[in-house]
Amino acid sequence: MGASTLLTGCGDANTLRAEFPLLAAAPELHYLDSAATSQIHRSALDAVLHHETTSRANVARGTYRLAEAADLAFENARRTTARFLNATSADEIVFTSGATASLNLVAHAFGNTLQAGDRVLISVAEHHSNFVPWQMLRDRIGIELALIPVRADGQLDLARLPELMGSRCRLLALTHCSNVTGARTDVAAVVAAARQAGARVLLDGAQAVQHGPQDVRALGVDFYAFSGHKCFGPGGIGVLWGRHELLAAMPPFLGGGGMIGGVTPALSTWAPPPQRFEAGTPPIAQAIGLAAALEWMLGLPWPQIHAREDSLCRQLIEGLRAISDLRLLGPDAAVSRAPIISFEMPGLHPHDICQVLDTHGLALRGGHHCAQPLLAALGVESCSRASIALYNDAADIEALLSALDAARRELT
Amino acid sequence: MSAGDSLYQEAIKQFAQAAHGHGQLAQAAGEARLDNRLCGDRVRMQVALAADTISAVAHETRGCLLCRAAASSIGMHAPGQDHAGIVAVTQALQAMLENGSPLPASLAAHWPELAMFEPARAHPSRHKCVLLPFQALREALEKSTAAGTSGAFAAPAR
Repeated sequence: MGASTLLTGCGDANTLRAEFPLLAAAPELHYLDSAATSQIHRSALDAVLHHETTSRANVARGTYRLAEAADLAFENARRTTARFLNATSADEIVFTSGATASLNLVAHAFGNTLQAGDRVLISVAEHHSNFVPWQMLRDRIGIELALIPVRADGQLDLARLPELMGSRCRLLALTHCSNVTGARTDVAAVVAAARQAGARVLLDGAQAVQHGPQDVRALGVDFYAFSGHKCFGPGGIGVLWGRHELLAAMPPFLGGGGMIGGVTPALSTWAPPPQRFEAGTPPIAQAIGLAAALEWMLGLPWPQIHAREDSLCRQLIEGLRAISDLRLLGPDAAVSRAPIISFEMPGLHPHDICQVLDTHGLALRGGHHCAQPLLAALGVESCSRASIALYNDAADIEALLSALDAARRELT
Repeated sequence: MSAGDSLYQEAIKQFAQAAHGHGQLAQAAGEARLDNRLCGDRVRMQVALAADTISAVAHETRGCLLCRAAASSIGMHAPGQDHAGIVAVTQALQAMLENGSPLPASLAAHWPELAMFEPARAHPSRHKCVLLPFQALREALEKSTAAGTSGAFAAPAR
């Protein structure tokens, strides 16, 4: 057991907060924007610094000892990521620049195996990164793109799945958890419907991973995408997990060095996955930093952390309910949901609200959250969002509730 | 009008609330609709021209206090200006926000409300909120059939 695991064995928010250099240096900061970017854990920073100062070299290219050290660290990062996802093999882990790149990779590479008239089913609740690539694929090759609507509380209306899938649904590409409402997708129901229709399932796990390790085999999905900067790791690194037989059947997305089997003036052949999808020099140090963050997460007491996150979520929802005219978006606190809470205060613009909150030491995001179709479905143009992570505590929630009163006074 | 330190001065709130120029023109020479990509805020700006000067503006603004106050100030001061004058105002406002450049004396005298946006200089993410209505006005003028060419800012007749 590492020192970090010993420190965080109790899962106490203050102890955890102390392990995040930025938060430790800013005790007055109430950081409630982890759905946009979580803070980076010390282990990830240390790993990046250690790699860059002891083992920096390109990977899969050199035979000198430094390059071999870089190779080993990079491939170990792949193995750690596979353990975090309970993947069958590290060869199922593709490193990308972020969840957006992972989703675009599937839209291009898996998308190229589809034909005009095939259907891809997404939902109204998708982040633009799991919306726009499919619109682009539709426009490029003529697939049908269908949308699962949301109910009033932001949860996907899965009762309409059979009708929306039709007879030619090849893929359901859905959020694991909404970045606006916190609503979790009923993955079991989606996977059951997909299996019956012979369709594949891609989950956008960007908002799920910061709340604990995932088990892609238990989920039963075919692809899983996430970003490092949302699970306490560095920016510029993302992951696509895919079943190996699916990755092996997909053509490359980007061409370049590292992804080929061989190149002649006439043609090229492709490396097997995952290298087939890692053209060019990958984000080496970022992958190593991500792995350090994931390793740290693997040692955390998640039941206790989930209990605290749920408690803070309830505290915030109850507090927001007590504010007159405030409209909460998303499921009730009693529903299994992620601690992402969005709200609208009629007459007050989210940017103005968040600007005033900033003067009270609170970091929240206001805007459309890259989910304009969802906001339109919920009948709002923009909203304010508080997202809770493992380093937040009751003082953060109390500060927010108190500052919202101040914001209303200052802005009206 | 001098700028205080507070972003949300009373003047900003009053201008946003007053919404000078809000509405639509029966007949517009030019029209533009611009969105703020960050938040989805939207300004629809219409202009009517008499020769090379703005005879009327109307806007429909869905936005934050800064955006609405900026649109409202346009509703109050843009009539009487020509295309080049509006370009000059926009450039001066942008320079104030981005570089801290003082507003030209003639502009500060005739469009004093621009000073209320000075505290936004410290918040680069909000510059677009202030500038969006001005950019919409410029685009509406560019689309108009008779944009003016006079150049420097000219105080409108009141």
